[in-house]
Amino acid sequence: MDNKTDILIVGAGPAGLSAAVNAAARGKTVRILSGENTILSKAEAVDNYLGLYHLTGPELMRRFTEHAAAMGIVPEKGRVSNLLPFDGAFMANFSGQIMQASAVILATGAAKARAVPGEAELLGHGVSYCATCDGMLYRGKKAVVWGLAPDAPEEANFLRGIGVEVSYIARNGRPEELDAAIPFYPGQVERVEGSEGRVAGVHIGGSGAPGGQTLPADAVFILRSAIAPAALIDGLEMEDGFVKVNRLMETNIPGLYAAGDCTGAPFQIANAVGDGLVAAQQAARYLDKQARNGG
Amino acid sequence: MSTAIKHPNVGEFDELLGGDRPVLVDFWAEWCMPCRMLAPVIEQLGERYAGRIAVAKVNVDEQPELAARYHIQSIPTVILFDKGQPVHTEIGLRPLDAYTRKIDALLG
Repeated sequence: MDNKTDILIVGAGPAGLSAAVNAAARGKTVRILSGENTILSKAEAVDNYLGLYHLTGPELMRRFTEHAAAMGIVPEKGRVSNLLPFDGAFMANFSGQIMQASAVILATGAAKARAVPGEAELLGHGVSYCATCDGMLYRGKKAVVWGLAPDAPEEANFLRGIGVEVSYIARNGRPEELDAAIPFYPGQVERVEGSEGRVAGVHIGGSGAPGGQTLPADAVFILRSAIAPAALIDGLEMEDGFVKVNRLMETNIPGLYAAGDCTGAPFQIANAVGDGLVAAQQAARYLDKQARNGG
Repeated sequence: MSTAIKHPNVGEFDELLGGDRPVLVDFWAEWCMPCRMLAPVIEQLGERYAGRIAVAKVNVDEQPELAARYHIQSIPTVILFDKGQPVHTEIGLRPLDAYTRKIDALLG
C-alpha cells in the first residue's frame, strides 16, 4: 500500500492545523483531512487570541491555513468514515480509499449532532452511516435517507440506482440534485423505530403533520458531514460526549491522539492550538520510539 | 491470498459448520470499503488459529442464501459458530483483539 503517512490528522481547524505544522516541523510526513469548514470560519470576531486581535474568524482561519500551506501542508477535502488500528499502525477509509498512518490525531471539533433515540441501538440492524457500504443489502427494500451532509442527495440517488426504494428527509426543502423519482419529506428524524431488534421505520418531526409522522422502512441511512469520533473508531473512550484524553492528548488507544474542541471545553482557539502542539509532539515521540524498537 | 481462509459455497459452508472445530465467518462484499480494511485482520486470525478453528469468508453477493439465513443487515459482520450454532456476532469494523478475546474464551 503506497498510501502511507507518518501522521494522519482528521480535521483542519485550529487544532488540526497546529498539529500539522508542529508535526511537519519535527520532520514527520503529514496528511490532513477535512470534512466541512471549521466553526472558526463562521466566527464574527476573535478578540482573545494573544497577539492577533480585532480579526474576524475567516481572517484568522486564512492566516492559519496560509501558515500550514507555507510548510507544504494542504488539507484534503473528504470524509473519514472508519479508522482501524492494525499491526502497530492505523488504516483509514477516506472517501473510499484506504490510507495507512503510523499515528492519528483526531481534531474533529465539537460534534454538533447528537444521536437520535434508537440510532445507537439499531446501528448495524438497519441504521447505517454509509450508503455505499450497506446499500446493496437493501435492494428491493424500503430505505430512508436522512440528508444532513452536502453529498447526501448523491448517496440517495446511488441507492435508487441499485434498486432500493428510497425516501429522502431533510430540513431545508427538496435538494436540486435529488432524483425526481425519490419522494421527499421535509423535517428531521426524531427517532428510529425498531421491532424485534431491526429497523421498522422512522418518526419524522417538523414536517407540518401534527404530532409528526411515521414512515415504515427497513433501513435508515443517517448521512452527517462529520462522523462522531466514537463511531469512527471502535473502543474509543469518551467522557461526557467528548474524547477522553490525558494532559499529553493521548486517548486510550496507543498511537491515537485528540486535540481541540472534540476533547471538551474550553472551546477556544488558544486552547485548540496548544492541544494540537502537544498532540503532534507526542505523536512524533511515539513514532521515534516505535522506530527505535524496530517497529 | 492465504490458504488458511476458506471461501465456501452453501454446501461447503454447512459441511464446515458440521465439522468438529469452531468456525469464524466474515460476511463481506467487494464494494464494501470497511470489509476490505478488515481483510488483513481476518487473514491474521486465520494464521493465528490455524488447526484450532476454521476461518471462512462469505461474499454476500455470491452467497445471498447464507446472508439471508443469518439476517446479515450490515457488513462486515463476523459470526463465531460452535457446534453449528452462532455463539457470537460482531457487526462492523472491530480491532483484532475484539475477535481474539471471543475466540480465546470459546477455546478455553
